[in-house]
Amino acid sequence: MIRTAMVGLGKMGLSHLAIVRAHPDLDLIAGCDATAYLTDILSKHTGLRCYSDFDRMLDSEQIEALVVATPSKLHAPMVRKALERGLHVFCEKPFVLDVADGERLVDLARSKSLVTQVGYHYRFVGAFKEAARLVRSGALGEIHHVRAEAYGPVVLRRKGATWRSAKNEGGGALYDYACHAIDLVNFIVATPTSVDGVVRHSVFSRDVDDEVYGTFRFPGGASGQLCVNWSDESFRKMSTKISVWGTRGRLTADRQECQLYLRETHEALPGVDAGWTVRYTTDLSDEVWFYLRGEEYSAQIDYFAESVRTRRLDGENSFASALDTDRVVAMMLGAAAPKQGAVAPPPVARTVWSRLFG
Amino acid sequence: MSSAAQATPAHTMDRVLFGDNQFFGVNHMSEEKARAQSMRFQDLGAIIEVLDAAYEEGIRTFMCTSHDRVADICDHFRAYPDKYPDYRFYPCMPYAHKYANAVTEHGMIEALRMLLPPEGAVAAMLKGGVALATKDIEAIMQLLIDAEMKMFHGLSAPVVFMQNVITDLLLGLRMNECFRIFHDHVKSRYGAEPGYITMNVPRLLDVLDALGIDNPIVCANINKIGFRMCGGVPAYEAAIATRRFRPIAMSVFASGAISPREAIAYVCGQPRIESIVFGASGRANIRQTNTLIRELSASRPLAAT
Repeated sequence: MIRTAMVGLGKMGLSHLAIVRAHPDLDLIAGCDATAYLTDILSKHTGLRCYSDFDRMLDSEQIEALVVATPSKLHAPMVRKALERGLHVFCEKPFVLDVADGERLVDLARSKSLVTQVGYHYRFVGAFKEAARLVRSGALGEIHHVRAEAYGPVVLRRKGATWRSAKNEGGGALYDYACHAIDLVNFIVATPTSVDGVVRHSVFSRDVDDEVYGTFRFPGGASGQLCVNWSDESFRKMSTKISVWGTRGRLTADRQECQLYLRETHEALPGVDAGWTVRYTTDLSDEVWFYLRGEEYSAQIDYFAESVRTRRLDGENSFASALDTDRVVAMMLGAAAPKQGAVAPPPVARTVWSRLFG
Repeated sequence: MSSAAQATPAHTMDRVLFGDNQFFGVNHMSEEKARAQSMRFQDLGAIIEVLDAAYEEGIRTFMCTSHDRVADICDHFRAYPDKYPDYRFYPCMPYAHKYANAVTEHGMIEALRMLLPPEGAVAAMLKGGVALATKDIEAIMQLLIDAEMKMFHGLSAPVVFMQNVITDLLLGLRMNECFRIFHDHVKSRYGAEPGYITMNVPRLLDVLDALGIDNPIVCANINKIGFRMCGGVPAYEAAIATRRFRPIAMSVFASGAISPREAIAYVCGQPRIESIVFGASGRANIRQTNTLIRELSASRPLAAT
């Protein structure tokens, strides 16, 4: 059993707490949140040892792993303390608000050989995994465009007083919604090296963006578009979709299905006909040991537990991977230069990856 | 639970129950299809037409979430009691996205305050931000249940379900006494049978057993391919065959991944499944599924208890 603690027991925190407590290899021994009514309920009704002070919890408990689900601005200092104490860390998304912080944390975790993971759960959704597999197979030919979209009904009127509506605290649609879409682009296609045409608008919020649009550039000339709006009531819940166009075909994936169009059959995808092939979540989802809201939330925690068990340091959604997403966010905020060394030299010969990686 | 409550004759559930996902843009297969359905069913008349078709096919029970729009459906049934003399609702609460979106926008306590009646001791307590004791949780849960039940006032609602998002969240958190609070309140305040929707049947049964909740109604995905059946098909089959509970099968077609006859044959082949809930948007589908269930139920294994 991996002795585990949690900090941050808000909306995502409670969901993680339920999943962690149901995991056979994770022994959740303590939780921490500044909100007394929550920790009161959890300690009285579920027997969880609760703290209101993060440092006190770290001082008092012998733990190996920590799940961080606090508001985004607290991620960096808490993750740093955890890593300094030699803990493996699962951190909610977005990883950090300041790329420089993230770089230090990536280095710190590496130097201590600690397992790191960030909660980009879409990488554990069957249909998105399938999309990544199809793109990597090369069957779509040279990828020349990608579109990532996320819509949902979060802010629908002029108010709101949580940290999600606060500037500089990791609030707004950019951090809450767009991060997921950007991370999917990184996962399924590649990390863009520059961003332009950025639009960040408030629809209803006073201090933060409710809609975010932008154009991604890849070194080889491929492009991408990001369309995010969390003030769209026509969606029942968050809905995220990615479409990828290549010279040999295209695909579109969302949480439910992956639709592939191949202009002709391809040796990398034996048995897949030309034309449309649609695979559904019923076919693409792996069974999980415990289900709450979606297989992906359980699957990512299970993956983290396995990483800790096997000391897998380069797994899916590592800090380094999530930092790539933070870098794109920083570019969208106009606050950061492109990743050092990320811009590849002009391509010598065009390959399937030419337009993405140069 | 009192022995008197135990002794209350159990409500007999119909073999076939009608579900509501299709009316509210829930489709586990395709977001496009979900959107097309929510366009079609934004007109209350279109929903009533489908419910009428189901009624004419002999389906008397509507198992539905406490979605805002269900209030309109309830108004219709209240307005025409003579047309549906034997109609029953099985409310499932809450419609979770209403809560989740409110929490994202307003934070947990503020969301709770918005969802609860503005007056009263609990509202005052939330305002004060004081620590919550057991009785407070009980009071809050009771108020939340009452708020969700309002729309079903005056209608027959003999079984009231806790939605799977809540059941499974409480299950994972080990807030086991909430199941007891729900159970007792549904029984005492509404004279109804409590039911639990879950994706984790074996685990939930262990907890309900430990709480002494006897022979609970449990609605879960039960399908041939094991879609969203946590613990796996063998564990589900063993639980259905040997444990004391009243299973309702949902998602029997696994969102269309299994052909209708094969899907229904599998579920009808499991002993002791009392009811099957399905949703459909047209009379032809309703008739086909209903006929299949009745045909394949005729030769089903007898209940073990």
